Amino acid sequence: MLKAWKVAKEIGRGSWITARHFFVNMTFHTLRLFGIKTKRRGAVTIQYPEVRKVLSPRHRSLHRIRPREDGKPSCVACMLCVTVCPSECLYVEAAEDPDPEVQKLPSKFVVDLNRCCFCGFCVEACPVDAIRMDTGEIRLAARSRSGLEVPLDKP
Amino acid sequence: MLADVLIILVKVVLALVWTLLLALFLTWVERKESAVMQDRIGANRASVFGLRLFGLFQPFADAIKMLFKEDFAPTFSQRALHWLAPTLSFFFVAVAMVAVPFGSPIRLFGRTVPLQVVDLNAAVLFVLAMLSLGIYGILVAGWASSNRFALIGSLRGAAQLVSYEVALGLSLVGLIMVFPSLSLAGIVEFQGGLLFGFLPKWGIFLQPLGFVVFFIAGLAETKRVPFDMPEGESEIIGFYTEYGGLKFGLFMFTDFLEVIVLSAMATTLFFGGWQVPWLGDGGFVFPWGGRAGMAPWAVTVLRVLSFNLKVLFFCWLQILTRWTYPRFRYDQIMDLGWKVLVPLGAVNVLATGLIFAWR
Repeated sequence: MLKAWKVAKEIGRGSWITARHFFVNMTFHTLRLFGIKTKRRGAVTIQYPEVRKVLSPRHRSLHRIRPREDGKPSCVACMLCVTVCPSECLYVEAAEDPDPEVQKLPSKFVVDLNRCCFCGFCVEACPVDAIRMDTGEIRLAARSRSGLEVPLDKP
Repeated sequence: MLADVLIILVKVVLALVWTLLLALFLTWVERKESAVMQDRIGANRASVFGLRLFGLFQPFADAIKMLFKEDFAPTFSQRALHWLAPTLSFFFVAVAMVAVPFGSPIRLFGRTVPLQVVDLNAAVLFVLAMLSLGIYGILVAGWASSNRFALIGSLRGAAQLVSYEVALGLSLVGLIMVFPSLSLAGIVEFQGGLLFGFLPKWGIFLQPLGFVVFFIAGLAETKRVPFDMPEGESEIIGFYTEYGGLKFGLFMFTDFLEVIVLSAMATTLFFGGWQVPWLGDGGFVFPWGGRAGMAPWAVTVLRVLSFNLKVLFFCWLQILTRWTYPRFRYDQIMDLGWKVLVPLGAVNVLATGLIFAWR
């Protein structure tokens, strides 16, 4: 008998909790529908394509090559990022730079997003702070595999 | 004669349209209600020319999707039965709505038209019988699929429904002892009276224990989540493993129809059907002496509205239940049915009899 009472109590508590959520959220939804500002929202949902969550500054998104003042890539094609990359997704071809102060520049700098695991090791390894992962671009989808091989040397 | 046939036809169509529309929008209500309960928003993307209306077009989008899917039947299934099963389970539930009174009889062109498709004199038994026949849809589906999991699901479902049929019937025995007739129209008419001079004579006040047993057993009859033995989404997928497209849609639709039928039955039997408390044919007569006259059409509108609101409330309650409780294990279902609900129903019958004997 005591057990039955306890079970009934818990059943009641369960629907009390969900019903409370329902009515509280409905109240906020209704208030906002009629244009009344409320501190809380009825739902925690972020309606993604229209509304974006602010990315953390440490968030690792699509790579970019930081340009120099003259617009050329600041990469010196030292191959450190290629060496450190655990998923072997970077492909760099070095070429001679006309500027005598700079030895090399990449004639080709491709990151294969099919393989990239966004570990950020390349950013850590770069001696001249040329590669960064701070574009905030997270919609990385393409219709073909080749569409995911992103050339970074061309702006 | 012709007029009678015409009236019946119109009533059949209206009742069917009411039921199907409500079932269609219950899919929307289910999504939205569960979303709001869980602090989400729910389906809101379906739009017609950019008009979203809180996702109200979602049921139509779902229906169109179901319609255009391939009508697939596995080669190892038994074709005729495979086709028959969803039709059976849909038909028997839909036909139960025939007996439900939507409002008080109205006067139309000099004749009295009851707002009920047919006033059966054993309507309670008729609805119970139709709900039991719904089992055949599940059984046939499991058998025709020639799939072990489907068969397990359908047998578990049959076992569950048969056991809860007992509790469901037993919970109504007390009610039948109290009410003077088995016709739903008569039962609703009777519930217009007053208890102790102020309380409406609704079934819930006459048979509170009966209502609890009825509602829990009815929830089991709808075979939705806390009692979803036949489906078992997490383990065996259930009796419609081999169904897709519109046939699967019919099974899903049947679930919602069962929710509506249970709501309508709970409303009619325990919550006064179309009765509004203290509203007579001429208007409100309050027990504390007040009086508010109303036109006959206003009374009818109020009564139909009252019936609809009660049904909607019970639909809401069932969806709340479905999204609150985790599912039972098989032995727990059988325990609840045979060791709790059937004895409680028997106690209810006994108590009702004792009260009658004492009076």
